[in-house]
Amino acid sequence: MATRAVLEPAFEQYLARDGEKGLLRFLTCGSVDDGKSTLIGRLLFDSRNVFEDQVQAAAKATRNRAAGEVDLSLLTDGLRAEREQGITIDVAYRYFATARRKFIIADTPGHEQYTRNMATGASTADLAILLIDARQGVLPQSRRHAFICSLLGIPRFVVAINKMDAAGYHRAVFERVRDEFAGFLAKLGSPQAYFLPISALAGDNVVARSRRMPWFDGPSLLEHLETVESGGLQASTGFRMPVQCVSRPDHAFRGYAGQVVSGAIHPGDMVTALPSGRRSHVRRIATFDGDLAEAFAPMPVTLELEDPLDISRGDLLFAGSGHPHMAGRFEAHLIWMDPRPLDARRRCLLKHTTQTVAAEVTLRHRVDIHTLHAEAAPALEMNAIGVVEMVTTKALFFDSYRLNRITGSFILIDPETNATLAAGMILQPVAAPAGSGPVTAAERMARWGHRGAVIEIETASLAVALERALFDHGCSVAVAASRSAASALKGAGILAILVTPSAPLRDVAAALRQLQQQGVLVSRDTVSTGGGI
Amino acid sequence: MVYTETSTIMQTLSHLKALEAESIHILREVVSEFQRPVMLYSIGKDSSVLLRLAQKAFYPGPIPFPLLHVDTSYKFREMIEFRDACTRQVGARLIVHTNRQALDDGAQPFRLGTQRCCGLLKTQALLDALRAGGFDAAIGGARRDEERSRAKERIYSFRDVHGQWDPKNQRPELWNLFNGRIGPGESIRVFPLSNWTELDVWHYIHRDNIPIVPLYFAKERLMLVRGETLVPVEQPFIPVLPGEKPRLVRCRMRSLGCSPCTGAIRSDADTVPKIIEELIAARRSERENRVIDHDQDGSMEIKKREGYF
Ligand SMILES: Nc1nc2c(ncn2[C@@H]2O[C@H](COP(=O)(O)OP(=O)(O)O)[C@@H](O)[C@H]2O)c(=O)[nH]1
Repeated sequence: MATRAVLEPAFEQYLARDGEKGLLRFLTCGSVDDGKSTLIGRLLFDSRNVFEDQVQAAAKATRNRAAGEVDLSLLTDGLRAEREQGITIDVAYRYFATARRKFIIADTPGHEQYTRNMATGASTADLAILLIDARQGVLPQSRRHAFICSLLGIPRFVVAINKMDAAGYHRAVFERVRDEFAGFLAKLGSPQAYFLPISALAGDNVVARSRRMPWFDGPSLLEHLETVESGGLQASTGFRMPVQCVSRPDHAFRGYAGQVVSGAIHPGDMVTALPSGRRSHVRRIATFDGDLAEAFAPMPVTLELEDPLDISRGDLLFAGSGHPHMAGRFEAHLIWMDPRPLDARRRCLLKHTTQTVAAEVTLRHRVDIHTLHAEAAPALEMNAIGVVEMVTTKALFFDSYRLNRITGSFILIDPETNATLAAGMILQPVAAPAGSGPVTAAERMARWGHRGAVIEIETASLAVALERALFDHGCSVAVAASRSAASALKGAGILAILVTPSAPLRDVAAALRQLQQQGVLVSRDTVSTGGGI
Repeated sequence: MVYTETSTIMQTLSHLKALEAESIHILREVVSEFQRPVMLYSIGKDSSVLLRLAQKAFYPGPIPFPLLHVDTSYKFREMIEFRDACTRQVGARLIVHTNRQALDDGAQPFRLGTQRCCGLLKTQALLDALRAGGFDAAIGGARRDEERSRAKERIYSFRDVHGQWDPKNQRPELWNLFNGRIGPGESIRVFPLSNWTELDVWHYIHRDNIPIVPLYFAKERLMLVRGETLVPVEQPFIPVLPGEKPRLVRCRMRSLGCSPCTGAIRSDADTVPKIIEELIAARRSERENRVIDHDQDGSMEIKKREGYF
């Protein structure tokens, strides 16, 4: 029978505290045989996160006696095929917890041919542990993985220089590898990195600080993981919520369900819906556990709005300053994941937030992962990284990946085989080249930042002032001579000003306010309203 | 105009809230992207959590998919009682499917061995039920920490027309962008609890006060005591050794399956906090007292390739 691990009165406190501890997702990567599996086994084993029967099973299967009584790497290597071939094919997820944090590890394959699986593990990670074999030094695969991790926006790196036991625990070995790799990371413009010398096999600096390397006085790997800032997926954009589904249990309630992917929202806040550009205020943040006074990323919520807006799955709700882009043409980094290479141009499906649209991808250039230089290439093979131009049949609402890992990412899907072809990270929208077929409403909207509308205003002089204000802001605007002319202009996406003596609008400021409230203006910046409003 | 600026100090969620958020996102994606989703309901603690997450995902609306229970007919009586009461209370539609043909032919674990018995009463029955219902997505409560081969399973796990899993050829799965596109006859198994551990599940049950089958709680039960193993005596076909008599033992079930194949553990844990306390002190993984995983090294992987959950 189990012995009591914790004393009774302290236990309730423990439960309450445990429920509140945070989560850190990290991945381990590095060249094959650098010791990833051994490191994870060591982390789990030394932090008492493996069960006796698992250790016994690993001991039974240990063939490699050089790895010790129990080959710790066997605690993590899963699939039968992998055991037979002795390599890690696919990303495997591992879980462990300490008193301070819960951890999700993505154990990713080292071989170049499985880079796509590594990218999979990197896409949700808050932190990357890059392993380097001290004796081998920096290998091409070390650079490649660092590049992929930085491309996937992992904000924090740990560079663990492993097998120090086999390098005599020498300071000079550690420093040589550290300096070489720090130079490369600097070229990546990469995030903060913590370098430390370890031995996964002997346990130095993994959980406990090593006594065999007194020259190093930094925290152990686990100490670092327990204290480093988490929350890497949080973005620097304002409130964003892609609508997943509309909840209409009865006629009295209509809610928009989705996950807050950045920022925060409160009842009373004004939100804008894209693509319509219409605005309303939040009435309720409804959840099963009661209405909320605030919701922030990554909480799943159902928002009820004050006004009935025509919103459906795939739309985006946003608030605050800093508007998302709305465009059907943009530049992106692409990691190609399909055995059939990407030729110069290809049609496919694109999934972005909660919508899937038809798209065409055009290869601009390939990125050399060693030099990070752009190089001309006729095609992108599996596991290669390139810069592409995407054109979608419908405008997407996005941020650059650098600012938001959720509204800035997409995958490509083969419409015939349904395979996932590629992972994409949006760089920025690009202007359409001249003369590529009929101009669409979405293109006009993307360029001008508004949809078409007729604005009735009281006098001719007010019409001129309003036209000037809107024109200076970059709008496509004209004063129409007749109602029919105005409606034709509106149909072409233009703001048509019509002088109507009975119009309720009596000044420019009120007109601008109304345009914003009705969501006619959806441009990235709000119209400067001078001192008037 | 007043803007609500997000503060520069990032707010973060506790690990349970973060896991809950991920699971709810997944459930909503499934309902939005598939024609006929179904939730596999196995009555265990993971199913209880999954059911609560489904309530949360679609609140204030009802759960928009039916629950499917594959009943081998060898489940504990208390499980069936709990199933019926719980689904009624939640207001979910329940489908129960049993491989009648196999049972009529006398399928039971002591005649066929656990492998073949599971193959007919669980795997075959599940595939038949999914086909009969025309379900294109089946939501299950499996967790990656349960077993080594599960550690590599995707959240959206693709199954071919025979319901089989190809571990070497899984679709890459990035961010929270799931590729649920399938051809005719193909399907996706969806695992919203992928990133939960056994302890997370118990903490969540405690925090949210989620009802679970009473078999999880310690009480005096009639058991055949065979060394470390406690065998429940619910089915008449359990072979009793000469001189062997069921005894009252204070025990509980750590995981729930069919009564002939689920061993109990000696325990005093009769509340959720006590179970958590016991788990922290325990040194053995959860599936060990299920007979099936250890039949053969890697047996779970073989079963999964064939279509088992
Ligand atoms: N001397 C020494 N060998 C190690 C260390 N860590 C791992 N190894 C050995 O390096 C080999 C590859 O390790 P493994 O963990 O399988 O590497 P992976 O391919 O990165 O997962 C195995 O033989 C390990 O026993 C270490 O710290 N010191």
